[in-house]
Amino acid sequence: MAYSDKVLDHYENPRNVGSFNKDDSNVGTGMVGAPACGDVMKLQIKMGDNGIIEDAKFKTYGCGSAIASSSLVTEWLKGKSLDQASEIKNSAIAEELALPPVKIHCSVLAEDAIKAAVEDLKSKQK
Amino acid sequence: MKNKLYDMPIYMDYSATTPVDPRVAEKMIPFITEDFGNPASRSHPYGWTAEKAVENARKEIALLVNADPREIVWTSGATESNNLAIKGASNFYSKKGKHIITLATEHKAVIDAVRECERLGYEASYMEPEPNGLLDIEKFKSTIRSDTVLVSVMLVNNEIGVIQDIETIGNICRENNIIFHVDAAQATGKVKIDLEKLPVDLMSFSAHKTYGPKGVGALYVRRKPRIRIEPQMHGGGHERGMRSGTLATHQIVGMGEAFRIAREEMEEENKRIKNLQLKLLKGLTEIEETYVNGDLDKRVPHNLNISFNYVEGESLIMAIKGIAVSSGSACTSASLEPSYVLRALGRSDELAHSSIRFSIGRFTTDSDVEYTIALLKEKIDKLRELSPLWEMFKEGVDLEKVEWAEH
Repeated sequence: MAYSDKVLDHYENPRNVGSFNKDDSNVGTGMVGAPACGDVMKLQIKMGDNGIIEDAKFKTYGCGSAIASSSLVTEWLKGKSLDQASEIKNSAIAEELALPPVKIHCSVLAEDAIKAAVEDLKSKQK
Repeated sequence: MKNKLYDMPIYMDYSATTPVDPRVAEKMIPFITEDFGNPASRSHPYGWTAEKAVENARKEIALLVNADPREIVWTSGATESNNLAIKGASNFYSKKGKHIITLATEHKAVIDAVRECERLGYEASYMEPEPNGLLDIEKFKSTIRSDTVLVSVMLVNNEIGVIQDIETIGNICRENNIIFHVDAAQATGKVKIDLEKLPVDLMSFSAHKTYGPKGVGALYVRRKPRIRIEPQMHGGGHERGMRSGTLATHQIVGMGEAFRIAREEMEEENKRIKNLQLKLLKGLTEIEETYVNGDLDKRVPHNLNISFNYVEGESLIMAIKGIAVSSGSACTSASLEPSYVLRALGRSDELAHSSIRFSIGRFTTDSDVEYTIALLKEKIDKLRELSPLWEMFKEGVDLEKVEWAEH
């Protein structure tokens, strides 16, 4: 399968790999996918006192496109409010990475991971 | 073997195909240019020369497997041989019954030929092997019916390299008056085959898995007791009417020379390759959470099939571009299912997806193996650093008990 240069770049040099302590009150964790389906994404966001996402980290079990999709969104999330983060659409991810049709589900998974992380953080803030 | 000219990856895919041995290529060339005659031409020396070369090659095939040259039928390859054997024999002997037994882990050329028989009104049993890839003899016995006409079991499996107990299976077939076909495409030059002793009726061979050219193969058809098959290709009545079509002299000459070399060098070569396999096995199983697929003892030295847990198959293939291997992952093949062979062994989808088949051969070197081990160690490490499953495994989470959001 031929990958775009952007996918290859994120795959070869993934940004923001790692984990935060998921029990911290200012950390939101989203884990989506299933091993049997070949993709599991864990996305974490850390919110600053100003309500802005100051850092994001990921770990992904999946194909090159899944790794690239999650790596890309960790870059996009930094500096956004939770509401802005929730507005990130899978189509924007797919377009940025020039994902082929069979790999669109990777971008959907990344969008789901963002939503899950934001939800987790909001539930902690209540 | 690294092709520096094109900066190609190291070739570790000998079970897919092998390079033609230079000695083989050299023998073939005159039969494309000067000795171009049709071996069926009986009226002039062009034909006689070609016929002599074809018959000499036939003798070489027979010598490697201890058969009579008159028992060898030329085909276009093992796929055709399998089709000719399975359809040809089951049709000829259909009065005996219409039940066929094969293994779920056979090559597609066998499985699909049996499926075609099913379409024509036969019934088929696709037996699941044991988790080590081998056929359980007792289960096999209980699968036999009074109307079982044909059994087809491969000698060496193409994905996991395991060697089935052909002698025992064949004896059971004899006792039950069942035709026994064996796909030996992956076996020639790797295991000793003695058809004087083995109770096998039909056996398929391929040239290109044994350092010969692509596009040529053979089917062994036993003479004593005589086995009959219905031809699948009709025409000029070549090959005693079993397979019509002008013989591809140069290809046949190549196969003959490849099998001659296999007969003469196989013993020494297998020792060398066994050492490479052991080295590869030792190096790769130093990596945590690796699983060897298929029995390690009843296995050819040329094959090592390993699953790397907690890394995903496609990203693994992307990571090891420096070597040419096959993967059990769906992403490397035309279908969407992970390897049906590994699934039949009871491997989970995840482990089937993350499997790599390393197959080595005549031109594999020590340094090829060392490079492969170092590459795998580095890349598996990197991918596991990225893997949330690895992180959970290391934290002691039981992944079986996690409720995943299936999508």
